[in-house]
Amino acid sequence: MFDFIYKGIIRDKKRSLLPIIVVTIGVFVVVFSDGIIGGMINNMISMTANFQTGHVKVMTRAYAKQENEKPIDLSILNAGELINQLKKDYPIVDWTPRIMFGGLLDIPDQKGETKAQGPVSGISVDFLTTGSNELKRLGIKKAIIDGTPINRPGQILVSVDFAEKYNVKPGDIVTFFGSTMYGSMTFSNFTIAGIVRFGNSMLDRGAIMIDISDARLLLDMDNAAAEIVGFLPEGKYNNEKAEEIKKSFNDKWTNNKDEYAPIMTQLMDQEMMSATLGYAKRMSLIMIVLLIIALAIVLWNAGILGGIRRYNEFGIRLAMGEEKKHIFNSLMIESLIIGIIGSILGTTLGFMACLILSRHGIDYSAVMRNVSLMMDPVIRTTITPRMLYSGTIPGIISILVGTALAGQAIYKRNTAMLFKELD
Amino acid sequence: MNTNKVITISQLTKDFPVGESYFRALENINLEIEEGEFTGFVGPSGSGKTTLLNIIGSLDKPTSGTAVILGNDVSKLNTKESAALRNLHIGFIFQSYNLLPIYTVFENVEFALLLQKKSKEERYKAVMESLEWVGLTDKKDSRPTQLSGGESQRVAIARAMVKHPTIVLADEPSANLDAENSHHILQTMAQLNKELNTTFIFATHDEKVMQYLQKIITLKDGRIESEYNK
Repeated sequence: MFDFIYKGIIRDKKRSLLPIIVVTIGVFVVVFSDGIIGGMINNMISMTANFQTGHVKVMTRAYAKQENEKPIDLSILNAGELINQLKKDYPIVDWTPRIMFGGLLDIPDQKGETKAQGPVSGISVDFLTTGSNELKRLGIKKAIIDGTPINRPGQILVSVDFAEKYNVKPGDIVTFFGSTMYGSMTFSNFTIAGIVRFGNSMLDRGAIMIDISDARLLLDMDNAAAEIVGFLPEGKYNNEKAEEIKKSFNDKWTNNKDEYAPIMTQLMDQEMMSATLGYAKRMSLIMIVLLIIALAIVLWNAGILGGIRRYNEFGIRLAMGEEKKHIFNSLMIESLIIGIIGSILGTTLGFMACLILSRHGIDYSAVMRNVSLMMDPVIRTTITPRMLYSGTIPGIISILVGTALAGQAIYKRNTAMLFKELD
Repeated sequence: MNTNKVITISQLTKDFPVGESYFRALENINLEIEEGEFTGFVGPSGSGKTTLLNIIGSLDKPTSGTAVILGNDVSKLNTKESAALRNLHIGFIFQSYNLLPIYTVFENVEFALLLQKKSKEERYKAVMESLEWVGLTDKKDSRPTQLSGGESQRVAIARAMVKHPTIVLADEPSANLDAENSHHILQTMAQLNKELNTTFIFATHDEKVMQYLQKIITLKDGRIESEYNK
C-alpha cells in the first residue's frame, strides 16, 4: 500500500507539488529565522559580554549594588593579586581588569583655549599589556574609521558622533576632566589615536577609550580595577560553566561580611539580558505556532482542492471496498511523506542560506544607528543542531493538520451516490 | 436458505427525501438471483435500476424490506462490514471506466488485491491472469490515457474480476462504447460468467447488452414490471 501511495505522490505532480512547495517555504522560513534569531541573540550576548559584563565579572559587593552608576570609589583595590588568584583558580578563563568612568572632554583651539567641551563616558581596558586579548575582543581595529588603535600610553579613542560634533581628528590633543576614585579633581591630556564607530548609538554618542594604565594614573587607581571581567575559552558563553565558576568563587567569600569583598556575577544575571533572551525565545515560539497555523490553513485549502480533484479516485476506492478510515489514513501517510520531503528541502535550503549568512553576514548598521542595544551592526546567522528539527516538526505538523481538516470530507461522502457520481 | 441464491430481495422499498416529502425510487421489490446468473435490470432512466444496484452493492440501504447479499442483510451491515463485503465479494464496472489515471493498467487491477493484503507474488499472478482474460497483458505497463475506450473498459473488467468476486455489478458498461467494442466486452464478460460461474448483474437500457442477458428484469417507476429468462 505504501508503494501505491508513494507512486501517487511521485507521478501526480498536482497532488504533491503545491504542498511540497508550501512546506518547503514554511520550513525554510522557520530554519532561516531560527538562524537569524540565534545569530542576533549570540550577537547581543557577545557584544554585551565583550563591552559590559564579560562572561563572568568580579566587583566589590558595594560596587555591584550600584553597578549602573559605575562608582569607581567602590572599586577593587588589590586587583592585581585578585586577578592572579583568579587565573590560578580558574585557568580556562581569560581575566582582565576594566574601569568605567565619566567626565568632560575639553577640545582646545589652536591657542590652547577651550573651544568646546562635551560629557563622555570612559572605558579603560588593557590595550597595551603583551598577550592581552582586549583589542581583538572589542573589535577595535574593525571599528576604527580614522586613525589607529591605541599603541602607546597617552592616547585616546573617541567615538564617531562625538568626533563629528566637536570636529576632532586623530593627532588632536584633548583634555579629560573628571574625578579620581577618592573624589579629587583630575585632568590629563591625551592624543587622539583614532575615531571609532561602535555601531551602537549609546557608545557612538560620547564614549572614549583609554588604556587601563592611563586610567589608573588619571583616576588615582593604582593596582585597582572597577571590574575584573572573565571570558570563557574561544569567547563562547556557556551558561552552565559560568554559573559553576560563579558559585565556586562566591562560596569562598560567603563568610566574609566586608562590603568591599569581591562578588562574582555572570552574564545572565543581567536583568535585561535574561529578559531579552526570554523574549526572543517566546517570539521564536510564537512565530513557529503562527507559521504552523498559517501553513495548516494553506494546506487545508490545498487539501480541499486536491480532494475535489481526486473525488473520483476516492469514490472508486470506496466502491472497491476500501474503508473511509483507510482512505483518510492513506491521505495522512501521503501528507507525512510530502511533509518529510518538504521539510528536508526546506531545512536544506534554510541551512544553506544560514551557512552563507554566517560567513558573510548582513550589515544593518543603518537600521541600528539609533538603537541603544549592544549589538554588532553586521548580523551573522548561527548554525545549530536545532535547525535540523526546528523547521521539520512544524512543517510536518502543519501538513498533517491541514490534511486532517481537508480529509474530513471523506467521512461526509455518501456512498449511496457513488454509481451516479462515477458515471 | 438456498445456498446457490446469492441475492434475495424481499418487499424492498427505497425512499429518498425531497424537501419535507420523499421520492419513492423502489417499491415492493422481490427477487432472487442465483449464482452464475447473467442478469440485467432493464428500464428507462429513473426506473430504479441504479438504486437497486447500489443496494445490492451494499452502497446503500433499503428504507424497508430486506436485501440479503451472500447471506448478509445489507440493512444490518455497518460501514466496515459493507466495505468488507464489497472488497471480498463484489466487483464493480462503471459506464465511465473510472480507472485511476496516474497508475498503470497493472496497478489499477492490482489495487483491489492490495486492500486484501495479498502477497506480491499472489497479486502478480492474479493480475496477470485477469489481464489475460481480457487480452491486455501486453498493455500492463500502459497508463489509462494511452488506452482506447474498449481497452479501458476491459481493464475495468479485469479490475472487477481480479479478486474472483461472486457478484459483478455493471452499470451501463457499454454506454460509452461503439458497437464493436460493446460486443467485445460483453463477450468477455459472458465468457467469464461461464468459466468462473461469476454472477453478473447489469443495469442497462442498451439493446446490445440485452442480447447477451440470460435473465431480464424490467423495472418501471421503481417496480418490477416483468422478469423472464431467455
